[in-house]
Amino acid sequence: MTAAGTELTLRHPVERFTLDNGLRVVLAPDRSVPVVAVSVYYDVGMRNEPEGRTGFAHLFEHMMFQGSANVAKMEHARLVQAAGGTFNGSTHQDYTNYFEALPAEALERALFLEADRMAAPAITEENLRNQIDVVKEEIRVNVLNRPYGAFPWLQLPQVAFESFANTHDGYGSFVDLESSTVDDATDFFHRYYAPGNAVLCIGGDLDVAETEQLVRRWFGPVAAREVPPLPPTGEPSPTTVRSAVVEDRLITAPALALGWRVPDPVGDFDTYLGTVLLAEVLSEGDASRLERRLIHGDRTAIAQSSYVGLFGDPFDVRDATLLTTQVHHPAGVPAEKVTAAVHEEIERIATDGVDAEELRRVQARTEAQLLQQSDSILGRTLSFAAAELVHGRAELAGELAARLAAVTPEAVQAAARGLDPGTVAMLELRPAGGAR
Amino acid sequence: MTAAPTSLIPPLGEPRPQPVPVVEETTLPNGLRVVVVPRPGVPLVELRLRIPFAAANARNAGVHAARGSVLSGAVLLGTQQHDQTRIAQLLQTHGAELSVATDSDRLVFGTTLLPGGLAPVLEVVAELLTGAGYPADQVDGERDRLAERIAIARSQPSTIARSALAKRRYGTHPYAIQLPDADLVSAVRAPALRRLHRERVLPAGSILVLVGDVDPRAAADAVAAALAGWTGSGKAVEPPAVTELRPAGIELVDRPGAVQSNLRLGGPAPARTDEDLPAARLAAMIYGGYFSSRLVENIRERKGYSYSPRSAIDHQRAASSFLVEADVATEVTGPALLETLYELGRIALTPVTEAELDAARRYVLGSMALSTATHAGLASTLSALLGVGLPADWLRTHQQDLEAVTVEQVQQAAARYLAPEALTAVVVGDASRVAAELGALGPVTVSGGGEEA
Repeated sequence: MTAAGTELTLRHPVERFTLDNGLRVVLAPDRSVPVVAVSVYYDVGMRNEPEGRTGFAHLFEHMMFQGSANVAKMEHARLVQAAGGTFNGSTHQDYTNYFEALPAEALERALFLEADRMAAPAITEENLRNQIDVVKEEIRVNVLNRPYGAFPWLQLPQVAFESFANTHDGYGSFVDLESSTVDDATDFFHRYYAPGNAVLCIGGDLDVAETEQLVRRWFGPVAAREVPPLPPTGEPSPTTVRSAVVEDRLITAPALALGWRVPDPVGDFDTYLGTVLLAEVLSEGDASRLERRLIHGDRTAIAQSSYVGLFGDPFDVRDATLLTTQVHHPAGVPAEKVTAAVHEEIERIATDGVDAEELRRVQARTEAQLLQQSDSILGRTLSFAAAELVHGRAELAGELAARLAAVTPEAVQAAARGLDPGTVAMLELRPAGGAR
Repeated sequence: MTAAPTSLIPPLGEPRPQPVPVVEETTLPNGLRVVVVPRPGVPLVELRLRIPFAAANARNAGVHAARGSVLSGAVLLGTQQHDQTRIAQLLQTHGAELSVATDSDRLVFGTTLLPGGLAPVLEVVAELLTGAGYPADQVDGERDRLAERIAIARSQPSTIARSALAKRRYGTHPYAIQLPDADLVSAVRAPALRRLHRERVLPAGSILVLVGDVDPRAAADAVAAALAGWTGSGKAVEPPAVTELRPAGIELVDRPGAVQSNLRLGGPAPARTDEDLPAARLAAMIYGGYFSSRLVENIRERKGYSYSPRSAIDHQRAASSFLVEADVATEVTGPALLETLYELGRIALTPVTEAELDAARRYVLGSMALSTATHAGLASTLSALLGVGLPADWLRTHQQDLEAVTVEQVQQAAARYLAPEALTAVVVGDASRVAAELGALGPVTVSGGGEEA
């Protein structure tokens, strides 16, 4: 354990309690700057969507900003922003979150707003139609009108996985979005937005006893509802190579994504940490294996990156998930050449291992990045909340630097052996009409 | 729209005092300004080294931009003492990874690092500043990758729109170049980079900012020890004065098959030192600067035309800009531009409400406090402010100026800077589908330049 890791663990103690309605509450006080962050994580994400309702978790996230029993449309934003705060929400594979960062004196207002929409969001026909239009524009901006839009997160899971939960388009088809009804939204809310299916995490400039009182005042009255069982999202490990080619009419240079199944991010956490560091050894910075090989050595690539978790956060996902290696390469370089080099570099680690000095450097860099992320009250609060929801222990977020610093070269070597070229999922993105 | 019963919404408590950063400043004999800000928080240090890097004149601006962009990658390719990999390893040992970036005003080296690594990381930075070798073969590789990346960037509609607007506003001024020309990049060779480095990577006018877990005296000593040998002589080059062309009508950049149109409006705004800035900033906020703004309420939350319409004031060394951006579905391009212009006309001609002004003011003050509440945020902000010649306490005086702005001042600023007449318009979209309806709002000039979508 490094000094900084120890310090981080000790500096941010975590308090927790559970309300009678089932809401789990985590408080992470830090009075160094007069800022608080409030976040609510609901245990429902893209993987929970029923067939025929692709994109619904995300559409519903938009509905949570349309007002609630005591808050008119646009008022949620006004009440946060006119207090000097910022807000947002986001939809992930395994959860949907809502959060505010505000001056400390606005804490109770944020609690009121989150409690009010946890009790009764304004799900109306007019709001639903409006937000379906907004979501379609969001998809046009980020996918349909954008070269490499949503590459590879929308397409690679279709190649890598089998179940509907893991393979479907989490942004949603326009057909599914347009046919969504108020009843669908009301049902979704009742099923997944129960207080017992959520974690409330508050970090920053707060007094623990006072904040507990405020939480009980505003969230206590939210009626308890049945909590849906956690759906299994794991799948049997693949035994073959799967591949697909997708044409993108907006691009001129091809791209490639390789995905391997990795150990269960929750159930097999210690093994999983080896994989997390392997991704860093492969691709973080000019000293990394794939940067040296593909960019500076072979000169077969324009850019490369490797990461664990569909959106790049290894610690906010459940099974099944991937280590993804993503490469942009010139049209003149065949994809097979890049793929072979990636497999070779991984094989080299699987056979020869990484030396302790190389791993120590990567761990130092990873530690600095984790510290940097936790320097922001909001960033730290979101990490605590995700750790509580996904791992059942908010404290884990504060321990990550130390846990990663304890990973051995052998664990990274073992992780590389798991990236078998015989079980890879491959996605090639090519300019429409063949490589030019 | 009815407000919630006021009794239910919890009132705000008493604001708690913001910590005031203690800024320690020294200047080395070679001219480098060194600014150290110790700050509680995580055990990290943020480093920013800002070097003036403007093109001296319009004639060499294209070549300068191309060479500068290659240099920002190639400076890391090795020195007499260490090759590229070894430099990356030396940094990584201390949790650091240098990012080097250029724009039309400056070259910036930046990284985070573990506190124990300050002296060795500064030594690596010094080694690069005084001894970057630009090995010819590796420079060629870096240059070719950059040319590919530029080609990829040029296929992005947002890049096409930004470039078209800058060109339409600035003509031949260096600020018209948003992205270097790929052909000029392909012509860059190592000797030109060595010369550019020698002539322009200079301590004069440069500013090093260190924020975080540092002891000011020890940090200043470490900087002096590492960087005293950086001695290149010469003066900082400032960008030439800007004249906006202000062409009338709408330039429509054709992107056949596009499912969206990118609306862009831009015009002059007050500089950071201009006394109009606080009022103009609040006007831009009320118009489209945040979610609670008029533009978002109109074209997103009422009409559903756009996902993230926005406006902002952007500062460059020689020009500040008021910018409006909205990406909208092709079929509502005309109506969306109409509403965007309507809201501009409305704010330019009729007063905002006290409630709108107070909300925008609190939001600006709150978000400034949030964005400087991390080592990284404070380091980048200070680097930018000092780099344009402002004092470190500008953040504090600007907050006071924002507090004092009145409704009348907002309206005067809006009339001057937000009026549709003051803005240059560009739309990127499928001309065959949107040209006719845009023609109802102003004369349309169709240009090529957008790739087939």
